[in-house]
Amino acid sequence: MDNHKSQKSFVADGNHCSCDCSSLHTILAKYDNDSSRLMDILIAVQEKAGCIQEKAVKEIAKALNLSKVDVEQTLSFYHFFSDGAKADYAVYLNDSVVAEMMGREDIAKTFEEEVGVTFGKISEDGKIGLFNTSCIGMNDQEPAAIINQRVFTKLTPEKVRKIVIEMKNGKSIDDIVGSNVENNIKKQGPILTKDIEVGEGLKKAVEMKPETLIEEVRQSNLRGRGGAGFPTAMKWKFCREAAGDKHFVMCNADEGEPGTFKDRVILTERPEMVFEGMAIAGYAIGAEEGILYLRYEYKYMQSFLENVLQEMRSKKLLGENIFGKFNFDIRIQFGGGAYVCGEESALIESAEGKRGEPRDRPPFPVVKGYMQQPTSVNNVETLSAVVKIINKGAKWYRSLGTIDSTGTKLMSISGDCEKPGVYEMEWGFTVNDILQMVGAKDVQAVQIGGPSGNCVNPAQFNRKVAYEDLSTGGAIIIIGKERDLLKDVVLNFTNFFIEESCGSCVPCRAMTVQYRNRLEKILRGNGVAKDIEAMLEWEKVMKTNRCGLGHSAANPILTTIQNFRELYDAKLQKDTDYVSEFNLEAAVQESCKAAGRQPNLGGE
Amino acid sequence: MSKPVVATTSLAGCFGCHMSLLDIDERILDLIELVEFNKSPIDDIKTFTKECDIGIIEGGCCNSENVHVLKEFRKHCKTLVVIGECGRTGGLPAMRNNNASITECLEEAYLNCVSVQANDEKIIPNDDELPMILDRVYPCNEVVKIDYFLPGCAPRADLIWNALVALVTGDEMNLPYEVVKYD
Ligand SMILES: Cc1cc2nc3c(=O)[nH]c(=O)nc-3n(C[C@H](O)[C@H](O)[C@H](O)COP(=O)(O)O)c2cc1C
Ligand code: SF4
Repeated sequence: MDNHKSQKSFVADGNHCSCDCSSLHTILAKYDNDSSRLMDILIAVQEKAGCIQEKAVKEIAKALNLSKVDVEQTLSFYHFFSDGAKADYAVYLNDSVVAEMMGREDIAKTFEEEVGVTFGKISEDGKIGLFNTSCIGMNDQEPAAIINQRVFTKLTPEKVRKIVIEMKNGKSIDDIVGSNVENNIKKQGPILTKDIEVGEGLKKAVEMKPETLIEEVRQSNLRGRGGAGFPTAMKWKFCREAAGDKHFVMCNADEGEPGTFKDRVILTERPEMVFEGMAIAGYAIGAEEGILYLRYEYKYMQSFLENVLQEMRSKKLLGENIFGKFNFDIRIQFGGGAYVCGEESALIESAEGKRGEPRDRPPFPVVKGYMQQPTSVNNVETLSAVVKIINKGAKWYRSLGTIDSTGTKLMSISGDCEKPGVYEMEWGFTVNDILQMVGAKDVQAVQIGGPSGNCVNPAQFNRKVAYEDLSTGGAIIIIGKERDLLKDVVLNFTNFFIEESCGSCVPCRAMTVQYRNRLEKILRGNGVAKDIEAMLEWEKVMKTNRCGLGHSAANPILTTIQNFRELYDAKLQKDTDYVSEFNLEAAVQESCKAAGRQPNLGGE
Repeated sequence: MSKPVVATTSLAGCFGCHMSLLDIDERILDLIELVEFNKSPIDDIKTFTKECDIGIIEGGCCNSENVHVLKEFRKHCKTLVVIGECGRTGGLPAMRNNNASITECLEEAYLNCVSVQANDEKIIPNDDELPMILDRVYPCNEVVKIDYFLPGCAPRADLIWNALVALVTGDEMNLPYEVVKYD
């Protein structure tokens, strides 16, 4: 993984951070010196000391009976971990497309002016560090930044100036004004509506046999809401039937696809429903343990969610002997900042304390998942829907939506529109329906399903958003006519994939850079028709990548070539099939200077 | 009909691709029946003496001389074929592209490296006769248009042979697995 966005590789100059031995040992003891809890340990050290230095790495390795590189390779993978310098306040400013649309550039400039360093650096006194980060799930309230786990939204230059002054004065992050996350639910449907008591779904679930419960979910035709759309009941059935010492439920709350933020909203508005859905899944597949894998960007929710869990335990909706039927409890596992960890096998690796590198499949997680045991990974929204399905019946659920896409979908809508936010909609609506609903005018393009999805043009706005046509995990980004689609959107998305590739597969690691280079060549006006042909041809190679990230990393370019070909064509040189950007004079300048000689260009 | 004329050169390469070309063994006798060589290290003709049909390039461009020769090849050859990874991608020499500037590379090579012993005046070679070093190593197709690429480090002799025969005869190229595998 590219580390441009992390604090790594900046040498701590005289600015030593330390996690003293006693706190380190407290942390290690808290996690029983268990190497599979390495993520938690690193997060705790990072929070305590602001960074994880070599000394701590050695201590951790010793205590966990790992080699030093085992610890280092996990540490170096996640961009919220720092192995070197620390800043009292680490500012992570989102650099996603929508952040840019909403004025990120001004905000970044103001931060740089006020702090006195450029992005990627820490101020000399070690107080404030400025870093870029990929989408933080706040697209409906950009520009936004995370500072020491607190989220500051709708930033303006004035707000930034105030925040910087307070940081300079050493104010505690919790006392700095402006940290505020809005939920922006713009349309509530049957899943979000609070019409049943907490625990009612679970109570009904345990009255059924697990097989009957799975059959009920199958009847509902519920498909995974994390993007891939796999039938939930089938996943549970496979998992239940797979042999193992234990079974696990994992709720995927990594929500890293730029433009998605509905899981954050569900987790703040209806956390009990998510946990209840996990318990139902646990009962169905025969698991006693559930893990909510929550992206580090949502760390600010931690105490809130822990309280909810505690309350559910005290109501005996979690813990031992739930409704006299089964045991089930949940822990929260935080990530460390890596989009690829949303991929289910990478998520499992990460939860085991390792680098978030996707596994080879098969075996699938339902057979060998967390700790090599059968594991069902389900999205936050999927698990929420289960609660309502069990409570109100599959038939009711099937009456909503279309035949292939039953029920409702929570859409995260942002970009150039009047009313960004979360909309719960019955499947079967068109792109045009969305645009009308959110007050979007003069629309050039709509990005369906985030960067890995499809960028559609106005002629396609009558297409259906559903599994059977434009499939999506729910991210809709609206791009107005005034935007430079290729430069502002496609290039940004391509950079996102370069940044977030885990690096295991050559095409994902290297061809993404080739794609960017070609796109930039075209943007400089030096492209030719062959460049387009080449990029289309490379798609075959991208399909050889191991996981979905690599499979879709070229989609921003490929879908815009398909749907906005004229934008590319307008920039191409027409009467030639080759353009060289090589410039001898520029290429020899530095070496001649180093050697102290005059360039001799001799008519080249 | 006169025989097709072939020129070859090794730019920022290791001559390994030329060795592979010679690896066609006794077929070299057929080759000289089939084509005539012009500028090439094989016959030691140093400058183009006529227009050529096929130019074979090994290696990428790391200095101004490489660029000059490559442009000459483009000017004098109808078809340019790059053989090997260095010409195609920059290859091994391009390892310097990643982590160090050319200034750092030169300082390491001529001033700071432990094996530098007799450079008391701390000179980085600067004679006007010397080619100028480029800021990074460029694959050939970033400098001029290349018609065909033969991959491999080095490409197998049979791959080079089959490609040449196909170019000269106009027949479809024979590409069995054994010829394009890399291990
Ligand atoms: C690169 C990548 C990122 C993903 N990110 C997420 C995510 O943030 N949340 C999610 O639920 N699924 C994500 N997925 C899909 C998961 O692999 C998995 O299919 C899903 O969590 C299964 O839950 P579901 O069946 O309820 O949708 C991602 C997949 C890939 C390839
Ligand atoms: S496709 Fe990309 S992200 Fe996925 S495993 Fe391969 S390198 Fe990693």
